[in-house]
Amino acid sequence: MNIGITDRNTDIVDRNADIANRDADIVDKSKGVENDVLKVEHLSVSFTQYGRGLRRRTLHAVEDLNLSVRAGEIVAVAGSSGSGKSLLAHAVMGILPYNANMDGTVYYDGEILTKERAKRLRGREIVLVPQSVSYLDPLMKIGPQVTKGKNDAATREKSRRVLAGYGLSEDVEEKYPFQLSGGMIRRVLIATAVMETPKLVIADEPTPGLHPEAAKRVMGHFREIADTGAGVLLITHDLELALSAADRITVLYGGRTVGEAAAADFLCEEKLEHPYMKALCRSMPKNWNWDGYKLCDSGEILEYMRKEYGR
Amino acid sequence: MKLEAKNVSFRYTEGGRLVLDHVDFTVEEGERVGVTAPSGFGKTTLLKILAGYEKPLEGEALLDGRPVSEYRGYCPVQMIGQHPELSVNPRRKLKTVLDEGDWSGDFGERQRIESGLGILDEWKERYPVEVSGGELQRFCIARALGTRTKILLADEITTMLDLVTQGQIWGFLLGETMRRGLGLVVVSHSRELLEKVCHRIVEVDRKQEKNDG
Repeated sequence: MNIGITDRNTDIVDRNADIANRDADIVDKSKGVENDVLKVEHLSVSFTQYGRGLRRRTLHAVEDLNLSVRAGEIVAVAGSSGSGKSLLAHAVMGILPYNANMDGTVYYDGEILTKERAKRLRGREIVLVPQSVSYLDPLMKIGPQVTKGKNDAATREKSRRVLAGYGLSEDVEEKYPFQLSGGMIRRVLIATAVMETPKLVIADEPTPGLHPEAAKRVMGHFREIADTGAGVLLITHDLELALSAADRITVLYGGRTVGEAAAADFLCEEKLEHPYMKALCRSMPKNWNWDGYKLCDSGEILEYMRKEYGR
Repeated sequence: MKLEAKNVSFRYTEGGRLVLDHVDFTVEEGERVGVTAPSGFGKTTLLKILAGYEKPLEGEALLDGRPVSEYRGYCPVQMIGQHPELSVNPRRKLKTVLDEGDWSGDFGERQRIESGLGILDEWKERYPVEVSGGELQRFCIARALGTRTKILLADEITTMLDLVTQGQIWGFLLGETMRRGLGLVVVSHSRELLEKVCHRIVEVDRKQEKNDG
């Protein structure tokens, strides 16, 4: 295992020999992140907004966010609404809106992911399973949307195989999005994502509106994708669902990283460090216990977070 | 007080799908009942009928034997929805949401509920868009807990909120319903939540509705 990693490291150094000679520092950095399919360092996203009249203000939506995703791993990013989860996905894909300013570094496969590189790789090596079912074209049949219009026998064969793998029969290809249920649409969105054998899958809230069983099935599909060697970044507000599927969890609050923990650590509060993560653990319904006054003791954690994280 | 749905059927559009098909349901003061079912099985519709917001196509919703929709003045049955931003006026400050509650001049009672829900004074001067969903939902719950409320209908009220807020809100509601002997109907997709909060859980599924109804 170690030997393999060293070999791959050497390989990267070889490939980038000219860069390495120019700046030894960069090699050190790329060595550090080589294991990771995706590494996000000190990511900040801010927006410039115009208020009443000509007043201009900068809104810091994401500040100093760090995380990494290794191959074969599901990393969940959990946070309540407004914690900057979707912006993280859009920043990695290079599809932030024009009035957003992004700061920090995103590494993909050991190299810096510039906007140009993201544009080249997205839809191929890096794919997004979007939040909303409205990302499908309402006027286009499912089949061509999955094959992206390609009509050669190999692509059609693959799309059939992928759809069948998600329990979608042949007649689904001839249907329009409005004719499918929410759960089926989710599976179509995942199918479009895995058509290209991606190395990194970013899933932005893939389960709202699904009942618990259907949501669990969707999570199972992401596990299958990770087992083929891809890294999966799962963005969700549902910590309990994330815990059931992910290997590691990064908790966000108010656009900042609160902490990172193995999913198993949430079974035992003592293993968690940050008071907010401890409070989350105690607040899960399965850990509730009525003591005559309250179901769980989260103390003054929300006041503390408002003070520390400014929202 | 006893709130019951008797043989209730409902569809939203004429000739449309029957959302509720001859459903019976009962809740009494002091009783906490959970309702769970996959989406699209009419849980929200059932609560709306129990609250008197919708009239059933067939059957009736009765509060102590009288149709709920016939009650005039303050209705002892109060419903809290899933999306707090849809149940407040976006152009009015949040303190007006609290003013809408039934306090009959009992300022101490109102204050007790506000502080129990962790409502801060500074939020009251803000508009709905200026607070988080969890903060806004606390206002909606306070408003529904007026002094003459006897039965509370909670429709996925913490689904969109973070776990910490969810735990705090249910802790308060459980204490409050016990203390005042309120009836409580809880709709949630979380079986664990229902098991911790409710006396009994009703599972709605189409077949059962048809057989039992």
